Amino acid sequence: MNDVMFARGQMAMSLAFHIVFAAIGVAMPLFMVLAEVQWRRTGQADWLALAKRWAKGTAALFAVGAVSGTALSFELGLLFPGFMEHAGAVIGMPFSLEGFAFFTEAIFLGLYLYGWERLRPWAHVAAGVVVAASGVASALFVTLANAWMNAPRGFRVVDGAFVDVDPVAAMASPAAAHEVVHSVAAAYMATAFAVAGVHALALLRAPAPGGDGPGALAAGALRAFHRKALGLALAVGVPAALLQPIVGHWSGQRVAALQPMKLAAMEWLVETRAWAPLRLGPLKVPGGLSVMAYNRPDAVVHGLAEIPRADWPHPLVHRAFDVMVGIGFALAGLSLWAAWLWWRSRSRAPKADASGAAPVGWADGRRFLWATVLAAPLGFVALEAGWVVTELGRQPWVVYGVLRTADAATPMRGLVVPFVTFTLLYAGLGLAVTAVVWRHVASTLRPAPPAGPRAEHGDHDDHGDHEHHDHDHHDHEHQDEHGPRPSHAEDRGEGRGGEDP
Amino acid sequence: MSWGAPEAVAAVMLAALVLYALSGGADFGGGVWDLLAFGPRAAAQRRLVERAIAPIWEANHVWLILLVVLLFTAFPRVFAAASIALHVPLTALLIGIVLRGGAFAFRQYGPPRPEYRRRWGRVFALASAVTPVVLGVVVGAVTSGDVRLAGGVPVGGFFASWVGVFPLSVGILTLSLFAFLAAVYLAHDASRLARDGAGAGAAAAGDFAPEVARALAEDFRRRALVAGAALGPAALAAALTAGPGTLHFRAALLGSPWSWPLQILTGGVALGAFAALWRRRFALARGLAAAQAALILAGWGLAQQPYLLPPDFTIRGAAAPARTLELLLAALAAGSVLLFPSLAWLYSVFSRPAPRPRPRAG
Repeated sequence: MNDVMFARGQMAMSLAFHIVFAAIGVAMPLFMVLAEVQWRRTGQADWLALAKRWAKGTAALFAVGAVSGTALSFELGLLFPGFMEHAGAVIGMPFSLEGFAFFTEAIFLGLYLYGWERLRPWAHVAAGVVVAASGVASALFVTLANAWMNAPRGFRVVDGAFVDVDPVAAMASPAAAHEVVHSVAAAYMATAFAVAGVHALALLRAPAPGGDGPGALAAGALRAFHRKALGLALAVGVPAALLQPIVGHWSGQRVAALQPMKLAAMEWLVETRAWAPLRLGPLKVPGGLSVMAYNRPDAVVHGLAEIPRADWPHPLVHRAFDVMVGIGFALAGLSLWAAWLWWRSRSRAPKADASGAAPVGWADGRRFLWATVLAAPLGFVALEAGWVVTELGRQPWVVYGVLRTADAATPMRGLVVPFVTFTLLYAGLGLAVTAVVWRHVASTLRPAPPAGPRAEHGDHDDHGDHEHHDHDHHDHEHQDEHGPRPSHAEDRGEGRGGEDP
Repeated sequence: MSWGAPEAVAAVMLAALVLYALSGGADFGGGVWDLLAFGPRAAAQRRLVERAIAPIWEANHVWLILLVVLLFTAFPRVFAAASIALHVPLTALLIGIVLRGGAFAFRQYGPPRPEYRRRWGRVFALASAVTPVVLGVVVGAVTSGDVRLAGGVPVGGFFASWVGVFPLSVGILTLSLFAFLAAVYLAHDASRLARDGAGAGAAAAGDFAPEVARALAEDFRRRALVAGAALGPAALAAALTAGPGTLHFRAALLGSPWSWPLQILTGGVALGAFAALWRRRFALARGLAAAQAALILAGWGLAQQPYLLPPDFTIRGAAAPARTLELLLAALAAGSVLLFPSLAWLYSVFSRPAPRPRPRAG
């Protein structure tokens, strides 16, 4: 490996690490604020427990996203100064806007996490909405910059210099619309199925319904809690996963028009031909790729043989594309199943009782729950695979057709050192994050109703408040007085109810 | 020098640097005091630091991101040149930033086991102490006039421009400044906790009971006095070790029309901050300490003019095309309408004491 490869390796590794937290930062705030809205609306303590749990998860992962994102903004220059020297003036604009969006997200997340007691109810919900919206805005702006790298506009090259710079035209790259929709939908899809998988597993592990006595009552409350979480996650994930194949098709057509060689690499089509086939594992659909790219089975698709062998993207693009598409269809299929189950339950099942604890949930079937558990990591795998397709498929260009990656890299030698350092650093962080998330998930899976007072006694640091030493103490008192389920009126009282589990 | 869009963006960047030092810098300083916590109240000192920075450090940190983004949008050639020549210290800076933030989050959200919290707390504290030094080294190298490229590679190699006594002195100055700011802020926080706690009963102050909070205010008052006193020698060391590349900088710092008014004002504010700390006027001390830090950085920025990265890049000469700068300034104006009220809300919400628990229902 030469230094350029190490530079690319470090950039790829940093992005692959960051994108997980970025996607969670986009999607997770929506879950937390939807759960809080449900709590304010219904007064059911389960929703408050969920909002706090999800807020806490968001907070821990947001911090890692914030620092790994900072690293990226420096690494652009540290590894590819030639790119930033030319591209900075053209495409710095969306990065600046992203900076503001990120600022907004950080400010309002601080207000949300630590403001349960200090803000009025409406202000607290509004802060959460701002977090969710600015997360999407961040994704939008940063994807605009990536779209420009794939379909650069808004400048001319004269003697190697970028002149007649028009940042607005650069932001309106023809690759922008589909990339943004595809990325944001992917963030929601990946996060939603990961959350759904956790609560599906919890439902599978929960004691079976039926019987009576206090044990059965606790089991019922536990199942009601996880059903709420699963339902909310699927309410976001199912539409996103059903939308994604359509957006994917649109993206394929745009890539065919804008970056024909990336499309060729995605299906590893060497010879230019009509009736280009689509290979899905052992299956070969004649004309499938032609349809994907141009909506006609007899359309001519350009093959890699049109460009010099040395400029072919890495074959991994093809593998990653298959993984992404395969998972996309699998999650869409699971989503159709979920939609059918839900629709069927609407037409025949009895209405839930006032506490929201229906005797049987619409998604309680063990086969469906197991499928959801297995699907939990798939969205993130697809997200990473899609990222590989778009980034590796752009090579050997950093600015497609304009500036080669190798020409943009830093003259610094010995890049193996920072590459190895950052790899170890992120591996360590990855392990630490996994441990924190695992603990979070394990506390969710524990067979006691997380909304009940017992769980809160044993797990008091679940409060989204840093002054927990202080609050432990009050919470114990409150619980002793109010009993396990505070009434609606009390729970919703003056925003202070936020600390009552 | 005439003012135009490049100078306006440079001024915004200087303002962002000042705000980063006052907010994010103080958060790093908090980590320094976590590292140096000692005595019977060491645990309480660490809790006070954690309490102070937990809700705001991510927002404060964004000033640095904004600074980098503005640099590469408005002055892309400077960003590229500095990124090449200062590759090593900037990489070290990133490692420090990542470790500091990650460790703080893990300590906060990980298992509450004491040994786990202690381990990540140690990482957080060490990274908080090392990162400001590295940041100061980078600022020192930028000031030194030694960051130059010839044929796309750094003159003298990848180490010569930043390995030296002068950049290190600026690094130590930066560390002292951040630690000073943090100690003053923490003394103020503790004194407020003591006052609110005494008024509202121990519960409102949590585990910072009034007598503990009062003692903490004294702890951080002493630390602030020590760190503030260290600023003088650190600045002197930087001044004495500055090389020939800083000739323009030193001449501007001492010989401009604004030089002596600024120097006198900075000195006066510094003495005022000291006196306020001495007399336990913590709110006043906080304002004066922040003003002192802002004036030091403003003096640095003014003396750098017209250079952004001396001697090869001036603000005017390295600027991006006018269209980019105009759009950027428009975005900054629109963004600040959003940003400053939000920040004001964040700070005001968390500078108030926590609301008292609800009166017990029968």
